[in-house]
Amino acid sequence: MPEITLTDKNFEEEVIKSEQPILVDFWAEWCGPCKMQTPILEELAKEFAGKVKIGKLEVDQNPAKAQEFSVLSIPTLLIFKKGNVIWQAVGLQQKAALAEQLKKASTE
Amino acid sequence: MIYDVIIIGGGAAGLTAAIYTTRRAMKTLVITQDIGGQAATTSDVENYPGFEHIDGLELMQKFQKQAEKYGAEFVFEEVREVIKENDGFRVKNNTKSYFSRSVILAFGLTHRHLGVPGEEKFGGKGVSYCATCDAPLFKNKNVAVVGGGNSALDAALLLSKIASQVYVVHRRDKFRGEEILIDRVLSAPNTKIIYNSQVKEIVGEQVVSGIITSNEAGEENKVDVNGVFIEIGFQVKGELVKNLVKLDSNNQIIVSQDSETSTPGIFAAGDVTSISYKQIVISAGEGAKAALQAYKYLNAGKSINIGVDWGIKKKINK
Repeated sequence: MPEITLTDKNFEEEVIKSEQPILVDFWAEWCGPCKMQTPILEELAKEFAGKVKIGKLEVDQNPAKAQEFSVLSIPTLLIFKKGNVIWQAVGLQQKAALAEQLKKASTE
Repeated sequence: MIYDVIIIGGGAAGLTAAIYTTRRAMKTLVITQDIGGQAATTSDVENYPGFEHIDGLELMQKFQKQAEKYGAEFVFEEVREVIKENDGFRVKNNTKSYFSRSVILAFGLTHRHLGVPGEEKFGGKGVSYCATCDAPLFKNKNVAVVGGGNSALDAALLLSKIASQVYVVHRRDKFRGEEILIDRVLSAPNTKIIYNSQVKEIVGEQVVSGIITSNEAGEENKVDVNGVFIEIGFQVKGELVKNLVKLDSNNQIIVSQDSETSTPGIFAAGDVTSISYKQIVISAGEGAKAALQAYKYLNAGKSINIGVDWGIKKKINK
């Protein structure tokens, strides 16, 4: 399952109302570490298909959500479960650490 | 699994070392938190020979691709500990441990922190160490840049085009960067320099709302900003190896001309070492040296020829 492209418009539907936990990556074209994060998330999206969703929100085009969640440094990663933020991290995150969080989010 | 070499760090030095070790058929593992290190955070590299202009991350990805092509393995994790054992070294990260017969330390530098109240608390909530990453998130806001060298000037200049007001807090009475950069920053209309001052505290509720500065006379002043860009240079994470290899007074690893550290079997290259110049091309060269020296170390006693690496597709001169 590929990552979901999130926008200010579909955020409510795809993230807040999501049945499954969802990891949201706040990113932008200009950001080097974000580009390193992308392939890691692509792999995780495959590995956690059906358990956790992975979404990407481009902050330049979608400033409202970036502002709402006080994203002032990218990449910022948030995991939402039942509409609430249950985990967050700033800066490039390694695959093992993320996998652990996603596992937690999908089982607890 | 026993590796011939574990390379710690995936910047210019580590990746070049990996290209060289794999081409010598050494079983190579690179353990790194990222690809490209500092070089990957700059968008314009204009002094790497062969490329008039290239994005730093793109250049570093080319290094990585080349290392992978020859068989280098990668693990993206932070190394927690390196332990010397009888016949090699054990390298541990959070989840696993790996064993190798030699080690190349190439983990570069990390951003120097101010060490003031609020800095850690507001990391990612207004405090940033990467202007190129985060500047666009401060469109039409007020920001402060802390520092007085080239990276601070670069950040100030970039931010002056995006933010509404830029304050530069510098502890001296003049900048120590390149003249051309200083002139550009001083002539930016929305940039104000706060000389002879230090940041005492970063304040806010959920996110940063200001900084407290203090001048030479000890007078404190609050400046309202939403973002604080800390650009006060870099430092070595020497703690990781301080019991293993000799460091200089700046926590940099002391190396011989042939990239050897004080411990046989451990080599070091790039910005993590005591070399004077921190440049991509120099780190690449140092990485190559460390790799060849590690190869020599592993083959000590055997009759080997370090010789010239003509490459796989050697051009035959007719």
